[in-house]
Amino acid sequence: MVVFDKPHALADVPMHYCPGCTHGIVHRLVAEVIDELGIEGKTIGIAPVGCSVMAYDYFNCDMIEAAHGRAPAVATGVKRSDPENHIVFTYQGDGDLASIGMAETVHAAARNENITVIFINNAIYGMTGGQMAPTSLPGQVTQTSPYGRDVSLCGYPIRVCEMLSQLEGPEYLERVTVNSVKAVKNAKKAIKKAFMNQVEGKGFSLVEVLSSCPTNWGLTPQKALKWIDEKMIPYYPLGVYKDRSAKEETK
Amino acid sequence: MAKLTFKTDSCKGCGLCIDACPKGVLRLSPDKINQKGHHPVEAAHEENCIGCAFCATMCPDCIIKVER
Amino acid sequence: MSEKVLMKGNEAIAEAAILAGCRHYFGYPITPQTEIAAYMAKKMPKIGGTFLQAESEIAAINMVYGVSSTGKRVMTSSSSPGISLKSEGLSYLAGADLPALVVNVQRGGPGLGGIQPSQSDYFQATRGSGHGDYHMIVLAPASVQEMAELTVKGFELADKYRMTTMILADGTMGQMMEPVALDIEVKPMPEKPWAVTGTKMSRPHNIINSLFLSPDKLEQMNFERYERYAAIEKNEALYEEYMMEDAEICIAAFGIAARVSKNAINEARKEGIKVGLIRPITLWPFPKAPFENALKTVKEFISVELSMGQMIEDVRLSIDCRVPVTLCNRVGGMIPSPEQVLDAIRNAAKNGGNR
Repeated sequence: MVVFDKPHALADVPMHYCPGCTHGIVHRLVAEVIDELGIEGKTIGIAPVGCSVMAYDYFNCDMIEAAHGRAPAVATGVKRSDPENHIVFTYQGDGDLASIGMAETVHAAARNENITVIFINNAIYGMTGGQMAPTSLPGQVTQTSPYGRDVSLCGYPIRVCEMLSQLEGPEYLERVTVNSVKAVKNAKKAIKKAFMNQVEGKGFSLVEVLSSCPTNWGLTPQKALKWIDEKMIPYYPLGVYKDRSAKEETK
Repeated sequence: MAKLTFKTDSCKGCGLCIDACPKGVLRLSPDKINQKGHHPVEAAHEENCIGCAFCATMCPDCIIKVER
Repeated sequence: MSEKVLMKGNEAIAEAAILAGCRHYFGYPITPQTEIAAYMAKKMPKIGGTFLQAESEIAAINMVYGVSSTGKRVMTSSSSPGISLKSEGLSYLAGADLPALVVNVQRGGPGLGGIQPSQSDYFQATRGSGHGDYHMIVLAPASVQEMAELTVKGFELADKYRMTTMILADGTMGQMMEPVALDIEVKPMPEKPWAVTGTKMSRPHNIINSLFLSPDKLEQMNFERYERYAAIEKNEALYEEYMMEDAEICIAAFGIAARVSKNAINEARKEGIKVGLIRPITLWPFPKAPFENALKTVKEFISVELSMGQMIEDVRLSIDCRVPVTLCNRVGGMIPSPEQVLDAIRNAAKNGGNR
């Protein structure tokens, strides 16, 4: 009996990510959910600009490559083109979603656009070689904050889930991580819920995944997973930040 | 006993699977080098494998198939 | 002859787009084209379409990118400063070979400029506007009727060649009211096997993309695109000639400038001056043939523009600078008067081609 194998929605091609980069885990979780919901044939994914720019090659569903930060706007167009028959997800990094594309993110959430957003927060710009991200931690050394992120000069990292939770619009916001077996299983539950919400027409669902970037953090893959526990989670607490349907059910 | 199959040439030798394994089944091959130039993962003690798939759960490159 | 209705130019564009099968409009308010958005906001919900006021021009053009990726007819409209913001998206649409209709009801610039009519986005429109090697098909209406007809044609050309068509109008065209006949023939939309509508598990996945990291692949994509552009230059150039049979002086003008010029030409003809007009309707591809042909009799060209002289470069290129080309213009939202154009014609007649 097969206990574990590559999901069908994940293309059978090697991924370009660095050794130990957790993008691959999240890709697989998205593909597993697409398989389990039986929606591959109607799913359209939107890839960002950043490390996961080539995600369009890694999923077997139809894919679009969007301009930097514009994935939620592109997703809005795709969804509204045929709301009944299109399942639309974006897959975006922190620079894409929370810096250059913040307006698109906030407004898609405010409209409760019926799409699923997978947000990879690894506190750094990976593709361009490790620059400061909107989510880089105070004091974090990056190529463009070589003396550590000085919050008096470049401000504080943005907590996206907390910020969006202040909006009336979005249906579901949860922050998870993938730095242990248990965490991965929990992340999958969140991602599945985010897709189910769309299938059920509930609206904007965003899952923020605290992820590792061993290469640009200058850590081994193992130490990078520990760094998520020790440094990221204290600033970015895991949990559900909004779940409108659950809230209504408990009323 | 469970059975593990690896897409050895896609392994990047990150070792996340090794840390995830509760039974010490896996190791990076000390002598083999794959197409990518990494020492790939291998099952040094497959007889101890319980088929929990923790290794596959943590593998970023989806190279492990687990059968029981 | 069909019944005519009195419409504003902006409304004619909106109604013609609906006629052409466009059911998705995304926009952001900016003068002087907001009537298009207002019209769509009223109409679209009643015909099962989508009107969405986007958070920015950038978002609007990317929503267009999304709908176009799924193979449906889609449009956005804006005015000069907004088109600058959309230019990122225009480049991506070109790079991904996606069809779209984009309307620019121009106003004076640069910067925030003004809100009065202008033609000073000619370079921006005909030279692509965003980064990279690409063109848009650029259509320049000179009446409310043409606003409608060229909108339908714009969708058809966009689909035929998988690229953006831009309607390059100006504040006058957008705001003026004229009778319009809306019995415009709409050709069936071509098949779009490249569109992303879900694989239905029955075909390999489609990818809409403008990223090609291998330089020889990217070069090949550019070469192929320019082969298509060459076919467009050969087949799709449109223009109107007015009193050109014996013309010794030729005015080049489009849009509102062409209408003003016709009045001046009529007056000049009364004075016995042999002057005519070539009005490019496609600004890209620029109709070079009538200019070449005009050289048989024409001794001087006058480019009448609401800019500091942009189309004049294409006029000169069309005739390899073999005879003088002079500029008659107003800018900043000002429009050349027929008298100003008439003076330019008289001046040219006096010089007899000797500059």
